[in-house]
Amino acid sequence: MATEGLHENETLASLKGEAESLKGRLEEERAKLHDVELHQVAERVEALGQFVMKTRRTLKGHGNKVLCMDWCKDKRRIVSSSQDGKVIVWDSFTTNKEHAVTMPCTWVMACAYAPSGCAIACGGLDNKCSVYPLTFDKNENMAAKKKSVAMHTNYLSACSFTNSDMQILTASGDGTCALWDVESGQLLQSFHGHGADVLCLDLAPSETGNTFVSGGCDKKAMVWDMRSGQCIQSFETHESDINSVRYYPSGDAFASGSDDATCRLYDLRADREVAIYSKESIIFGASSVDFSLSGRLLFGGYNDYTINVWDVLKGSRVSILFGHENRVSTLRVSPDGTAFCSGSWDHTLRIWA
Amino acid sequence: MTIAALRRLQMPGLAKMERVIVSMQDPDMGIKMRNQRLLITVIPHAMTGNDIVEWLIQKYSISEEESLHLGNLLVKHGYIYPLKDPRSLVLRADDSPYRFQTPYFWTSSKWPATELDYAIYLAKKNIRKQGDLIDHEKDNYNLLHKRINHTWDFVVMQAREQLRAAKQRRKGDRIVIDCQEQAYWLVNRPPPGALNVLEHGPERRNCHISRVQLPENTDYYKREIECCRKAMGRTRVKSSICLEGYIKFNEQYVPHDPIMSGCLPSNPWITDDTTYWAMNAPTVMTPTKLRVERWGFGFSELLGDTLGRRQLLEFLKKEFSAENLSFWEACEELRYGEQARIADIVDSIYQQFLAPGATRWVNIDSKTMERTLEGIKTPHRYVMDDAQMHIYMLMKKDSYPRFLKSELYRSLLAEAIMPPETKKRVFPFMRKQRHSSPSPALLLPTGEPEVKAEDQSKVVAVPMES
Repeated sequence: MATEGLHENETLASLKGEAESLKGRLEEERAKLHDVELHQVAERVEALGQFVMKTRRTLKGHGNKVLCMDWCKDKRRIVSSSQDGKVIVWDSFTTNKEHAVTMPCTWVMACAYAPSGCAIACGGLDNKCSVYPLTFDKNENMAAKKKSVAMHTNYLSACSFTNSDMQILTASGDGTCALWDVESGQLLQSFHGHGADVLCLDLAPSETGNTFVSGGCDKKAMVWDMRSGQCIQSFETHESDINSVRYYPSGDAFASGSDDATCRLYDLRADREVAIYSKESIIFGASSVDFSLSGRLLFGGYNDYTINVWDVLKGSRVSILFGHENRVSTLRVSPDGTAFCSGSWDHTLRIWA
Repeated sequence: MTIAALRRLQMPGLAKMERVIVSMQDPDMGIKMRNQRLLITVIPHAMTGNDIVEWLIQKYSISEEESLHLGNLLVKHGYIYPLKDPRSLVLRADDSPYRFQTPYFWTSSKWPATELDYAIYLAKKNIRKQGDLIDHEKDNYNLLHKRINHTWDFVVMQAREQLRAAKQRRKGDRIVIDCQEQAYWLVNRPPPGALNVLEHGPERRNCHISRVQLPENTDYYKREIECCRKAMGRTRVKSSICLEGYIKFNEQYVPHDPIMSGCLPSNPWITDDTTYWAMNAPTVMTPTKLRVERWGFGFSELLGDTLGRRQLLEFLKKEFSAENLSFWEACEELRYGEQARIADIVDSIYQQFLAPGATRWVNIDSKTMERTLEGIKTPHRYVMDDAQMHIYMLMKKDSYPRFLKSELYRSLLAEAIMPPETKKRVFPFMRKQRHSSPSPALLLPTGEPEVKAEDQSKVVAVPMES
C-alpha cells in the first residue's frame, strides 16, 4: 500500500537522523576527556636514529599478484596467496617452497596459518574459507583433504584462526564477520553492524579478552565481543575504505590503514582516535599495516608501491622503503619481531630486516 | 554520480594526484615552464624532468629518491608526458622535456576508454605508418577489426579526417597532440607485460548480490543507535593517562624489539645465522636473560611463554595450587575447542576440578561455583568463563607477584644467558649456508623435538605439488 511505503521511508529517514545526531554527541563526549596529544606526551621520548632496513629475501614463485600472507608461529615459515588461485607455503629463510595448492577460484584475498603450523586457511572470490591440512606425504594431494568451513554471500576478505586450529574468524564483502567451528563448519557467531564490505580484521592479543577489531568500506572500525556478537566500540574518522587493522602489542589500541592515504591510531580506553600518520606526498592508500614488537614502529604497505615506516609515538615518518614494482598488498611483522614480510602485485614477497 | 566522480571513488588516489598536478601548474608557486627545443621544433609550456623532481623536493620536503618516485607515478598515470621518447612513461631527472597532460585526457575524465576511440587511434597510426604497427598494436588492431567490423568504415573515415585536420596545424602543435594521445593510450591500453596502473582489485560495494542488511534498512540504523547509546554510557579514561601508557610500554619493550634494538647474537635474516632462534626456541635448557626479564612485565607474558608457563607450574606446585593453572588450561581448551566435543570437555572439567571431592578441586567463591554448576547443566563454550576469570585473577594478583619474588625466579634470572654479539663478517660475500628446519607440520601432536643450544637443523626433502 502506498501509505505503508511512505511510513517506512519516514521511519528510515528519522532513524538515520537520530543515528547521525547520536554520533555527533558521542564525538563531543569523547572529546571532553582529550586533554593532550600523543606527540606532546612523546616529546620526552628519545628520537629515533638512522633507520636502515633492507630486503633480505625475495620470494619468487607466484605467477600473479600476491594478495595476502601470514606467518607461521615458527617465525620463518609463511603462507601466501595470489590472484591466480595459488596458495604457497614457504620456508622464507631458505626461500624453499614447501607446499602449494591451487584454489578453484581466483583472487584469493585471505590466507592464514594455523597456530599449530599444521594447516592453512584461505579464501576469496569463492565466498568461502577453506582449511587445508599440511601434509608431506608425496602420495597425498593437499586438495583432497580440503575442508570447506565458512560460507559467506560475497567475497572473503580476511580470515584468522583464534587461539587454536579449531576456530576461524572471517570477514567478508557481504558486510559481516563470522566465527566458525573448523571441524563441523558450523557458524558459531556472526557479527552484523558494518554498512558495507568488511575488508580486514585482527584478534586482540589478550589473555582474558575475547574481542577483535574489523574495518570496512563504510569507513568504520568496529570492536566486537566474540561471545555475544555485539559491537563494543565503533570509530568513524577515516575518509575512505579501511583496508587494514592491527592491534598495538599491549592490546590497548589498534592502528588502521585506509584508502584516504592515512594510517590512524585508536585508543580503546580513551575511546577515540589519538594519532594520524600522513604526509602530503603520500597520495595512495595504505593497504596493510603492522607494528614492530614494541609498538614503537608502524609499518605501512601502500598502493604507491612503497612501505612507509612511522614513529608511532612522535607521529613522524622514520623512513620510506622502495623495492616493490607494484602495489604492496600485504604486510606482516614476524612473530618474534625480527623482520617483516611484504607481498605485492609485482608477484613477489620480500623479507625486510 | 558522474563518471569522473565514480572513477574517483574507485581510485581515491586520483583526486589527490590531480590536486598535486594543479598546484604544480600554479602561476606563482608552480613549476616555471618555458619553451623546450625538440630537435628543430620549439614546444611551449614545457619543463624538464629535473624541474619536476626539484619542485617536488621543495614542495613536500622529501628526498630526491622519493621525489623521483612520486614524479614517476604522475607520469605513469598519464598526468605528465614525455616529449622525447614518448613511448615510455618514465620520469628522468635530467633535462628531458615534459608537459602536463590536457585535462581532456585525464584518467578521471576520459574513462573508460572506448573500443571505438582505440580503434580510431590505431587506424590513424596504421595509415601513417603504412601498416607497420608494433606487435601488440597490430594484434589489437586486427582484433578490433574483427570485433567492430560493422563500424569499420566509420573508424577509417574518422581516422582519415583527424589526420587531415592535424596536417593543417603547426608542427609544434602536432607533436604535442600526438604525445598527448600516445600517453593516454599507454595508460589505458598498456603493452602486454608493462605496468597497468588502472588495474584494480575485485569490485567493492556490489552488495546488491548479498542479502545482508545494509544502510537502506531500518534494522541497520536501529543497531547503530543502540551501539551509540551504549557507547555514550561508557567509562572513558583521560587521554593523558592512556597516552602515558604508551610511553611506559615503549620503555619496557624497546630493548626486546629486534628491529629497534637488534638481537643477540645476531638477527638471523641479516647474518644467516639461526643461533638466535635456537637460543629462543619454545623449550630450551637455559633461556636468555631478555626472555626471563620479560616474564616480569606482566602475567600474560609469563603465561604466554611455553617455558615461562612451565616455571609457573613448578612454582605453583610448591605452593600447592598447581590445579589453578591446570584448570585455566582446561578452560582454554573448552573455549577454543571443537564444537562437537564441548559436552565432553565440560564434563571432564567438572570431574577433575569442580565436583565435590575432585582430585584437583579448585577454590572458587561460592557464588561463582553455584552459577557454574548451574550452567554446566546446559554446557556451552563459555560456561566456564566466570570460573576461569576468577582463577586467572587469583593467579595474577596472588601467585604471580610471589613468583616474581621467589627463589625460583631469581635463580632463573641469574642463570639466564646473555649471548655475545656475533663479530661482523669480514668477507661479506662469504654467505653462510642456509639450512632448513623441520616443519611444524611434521611434528607429532604429542611432543616436540628437543632443541639444543646449537643449531641442529637438517635439510628436509621438499616435495612440490600443485
